Amino acid sequence: MAIITIREALNQALREELARDEKVFLMGEEVAEYDGAYKVTKGLLHEFGNKRVIDTPITELGFAGLGVGAAMAGLRPVVEFMTFNFSILATDQIINSAAKMLYMSGGQFNIPIVFRGPSGSAFQVSSQHSQALESWYAYFPGLKVVMPSTPADAKGLLKSAIRDDDPVIFMEQERMYGQKGEVPDDPDFTIPLGVADVKREGTDVTIVARSLTVPLALKAAEQLQEQGVSCEVIDPRTIRPLDIDTIIASVKKTNRVVIAEESHPICGVGAEISAEIMERAFDYLDAPVKRVSGVDVPMPYAKNLENLAIPDVNRIVAAVREVAYLD
Amino acid sequence: MATKVIMPKLSPTMEEGQISRWLKKEGDKVSMGEPLAEIDTDKATMEMQALGNGVLRKILIGEGQSAPLGQLIAVIGEPDEDIAAVLSEAPAQPQVQEQKETDVPPKVPDVAQPQLQEQKETNSPPPVPDVAPANGRQPQTSGSGRMIVSPLAARMAAEAGIDLRSLQGSGPGGRIIKRDIEAVISKPKAAPAPSYVQQAGASAYRDEPASQIRQTIAKRLVTSLGPVPHFFLTTEIEMDRAAEMRKGINALDPDLKISINDIIIKVAAAALIQHPQVNASYQEKVVRYYEHADVGVAVAIEDGLITPVVRAADQKSLSQIAAEVRELAERARSKRLKPEEYTGATFSVSNLGMFGIDEFTAVINPPEGAILAIGAMSAKPVVRENEIVIRQMMRVTMSCDHRVIDGATGAKFLQTFKKILENPLYLVV
Repeated sequence: MAIITIREALNQALREELARDEKVFLMGEEVAEYDGAYKVTKGLLHEFGNKRVIDTPITELGFAGLGVGAAMAGLRPVVEFMTFNFSILATDQIINSAAKMLYMSGGQFNIPIVFRGPSGSAFQVSSQHSQALESWYAYFPGLKVVMPSTPADAKGLLKSAIRDDDPVIFMEQERMYGQKGEVPDDPDFTIPLGVADVKREGTDVTIVARSLTVPLALKAAEQLQEQGVSCEVIDPRTIRPLDIDTIIASVKKTNRVVIAEESHPICGVGAEISAEIMERAFDYLDAPVKRVSGVDVPMPYAKNLENLAIPDVNRIVAAVREVAYLD
Repeated sequence: MATKVIMPKLSPTMEEGQISRWLKKEGDKVSMGEPLAEIDTDKATMEMQALGNGVLRKILIGEGQSAPLGQLIAVIGEPDEDIAAVLSEAPAQPQVQEQKETDVPPKVPDVAQPQLQEQKETNSPPPVPDVAPANGRQPQTSGSGRMIVSPLAARMAAEAGIDLRSLQGSGPGGRIIKRDIEAVISKPKAAPAPSYVQQAGASAYRDEPASQIRQTIAKRLVTSLGPVPHFFLTTEIEMDRAAEMRKGINALDPDLKISINDIIIKVAAAALIQHPQVNASYQEKVVRYYEHADVGVAVAIEDGLITPVVRAADQKSLSQIAAEVRELAERARSKRLKPEEYTGATFSVSNLGMFGIDEFTAVINPPEGAILAIGAMSAKPVVRENEIVIRQMMRVTMSCDHRVIDGATGAKFLQTFKKILENPLYLVV
C-alpha cells in the first residue's frame, strides 16, 4: 500500500473514475488549466483533454445547474466548488433541482452528480470562507453527504460517490489535504457510502468525530489512554445516510459519548446524533451526551481567536473527562 | 372510575403482607387479571392480580414495605383521572414511614462509609416519603430535592434489585452513576457484620426484624401449647424390617429414593385410618373426623418451618408419597408453596432424626389433633427371647390434644403404628 496525501488520493480517485467511465467529467473554477485551486485535479486536463476537464466562469449557480442538466442527460458530472462557501450561491440548483429531481419526475431522472470541494475552516480566511456546511445539506432528503478524514477514505468514498446514482455532497477539508496515510493500490478499491468506521477501539467513552476532528479525537484518545481512559473513536464518514447503528452499538458498550465537530452547535449534525442516541440508547447512558463544537460565532480573522473558535485536542480531552466523571 | 388496589388476603392466616416486587410501575397500563405485584405473605410469595383496567396511577406501598389486609396500596385509574379523593384514604405518611423503619431490614446498608454519610447530609435530598418505589425506576421528587440518577445506573439498579435510596451518587450534584452501582454489585454479598447493643452486666444483644413467617410461627404456636391441653406418649420401635424394606425397594429402582420418613408417613396414614378418633380435630362444639389422612410434613426452611401436606396419604403408594414430599419440600424451601398446599392437614409428622435427636416432643399445629415426633434410628442392644441382640431402634413421641384424644385412644393408635412399622408387610395385608 502506498502512503500518499489526501490531495493525491482524491486525484487518484478522479483519474481512475475518468478512465473507467467516459460519462464522468470534471467541471469547476480553475480545475483544468490551473490544476485546481488546491491541486486536486492536477494533470487531469493533460491526461483526459478539455472535453472531460472543464474550466468554468465564476458562476456557481450556473455551472451547478449545467451539471444537473448534464446528469439528467446521462452524464456523471463531478462539480468542484473552490470551497463549499461558494456553494451557497448554488444552493437553488443543489437543493431544488439535484436533490428533488428524482422525486418530482416520478422516478424518471436520476441525478448522478458529485459536488465536491473543501468545507470548514482553512487558515485565516475569515468569516465568509471558513464555514462548515454539512448540516445544511444533510438536512435535505435526496442528497447524500460524505466527509472523509483519511487518504484511504477519501479515495474509496469519492469513487463510490462518483458511481452513485444520486447527488452526493463530498466535503473535503483544506487543512487536511496534506495529511498522509496508506491507500490500497487496487483500482477497484471503494468504500460504501453510509458505513461508519471505528478509527480506534475503546471501552470507556465513545468519541464521534468527522473530518477535521477525527485526527484531533485520535490524539485526544492517546492522551486519555495515558490517563487510564479508553476511548473509542467513530468516524461516521457519511453524514447522510448516517450509520447510527455503529454509534449506538458503541454507546451501549461505553455508556458515554462526546461528539466532536468543527461546525456550529445549533441545529448541527452533533445535535442530530445526540438526539438519536437519546432516543435509541437512553437506558445505556451514564452521562449526558457532550458536544465539542465550533464556537457559535462567525469565524474570527485573528489567528489567536481563530484557534479558540475551532475544537482542539484539549477541549476534547476535557469533555471526555467530564462525561467519565473524572474531574 | 379509579380502582382501589388493597392488600389482599392471599393465605388463610395472613394478617399483613409485604410488597416483594411491583411488576408494574406507575404509568404502566394494566388490565384485569394481569399480575400487578408479588407479595410476601406469612408463608409464601404470591402474585397479586389487577382487579381493574387502566393505568397504574399511584403506588402507595413501596417494595419491602408492609401493609395490613385491606389497606389501600395502589390506585388504578384513567391516565387523566383525578384520584385525589381515593388517595385521601391512604394512611397518613408518618405511619407508613414508621412502619418502614421498623419492619424492613435495610436492603443495601453497605455504602455507609463515614465521609459519604457526611456528604449525604449536606448534598442529598431529604428522605424520600412513603411512595418511593424501591426499584428506583422512577426517582421520586420529594419536596425540595430529587434523586438524580443516570439512565444507565437506574436500569442497572433495577436489574440488580438495588434500592437507589440506599446509595449516595458520586457524580455531579450527587448523581448516581454506573460506578456507584458497580461498587454495590461487586461488594461481596456477605451479610453485614451484626452490630450488638452493649449493656452493662449482661450479654450484648442485637435486634433483627422478625420475618413474616417467624411472626406467624410465634402467633400460631402460642395458640397451641397454651390453650391446647397436650399430653405425650412415647414408644420405641424396632426398625430393622422397615429399613430392610426400604433397601429392597430402592434396590428395585434407585430412582424411587424412598426414605424412612416416607415409610413413616405411609404407616402413620394407615394407622390413622384404623383409628379415626386420632384422625380428628376439636372444633367449637363439634369433633371433626376426617375421611382421609392428610399428613403434614414439617420442613425446615431458611427463616422458619412450614408443613406441606401429603393429601390422602392413606391412598397413595410409597413411591407417590416419596416423590410428592420431595417436590413439596423443594418448593417450600424456595417459598413457592400455594396456601392450599400447607394448610388443612389432619395430622403431622416432624422428624429430627437427621440431627441425631433421640427423642423430642413436638407442638401440635392446631386444629390438628396430634403430631408425631420422630427421633434418630440407632443400633441398640435389646432383649429378644431372653437373648441380647442388636436392633435398629427408633423412639417416637406423639403429642395429643386431650380434647379429642384420650390416653388410651392415643396409645392404641401408637400400638398400631408400631406394629405396622415393625412389620411393614401389614401395609400390603
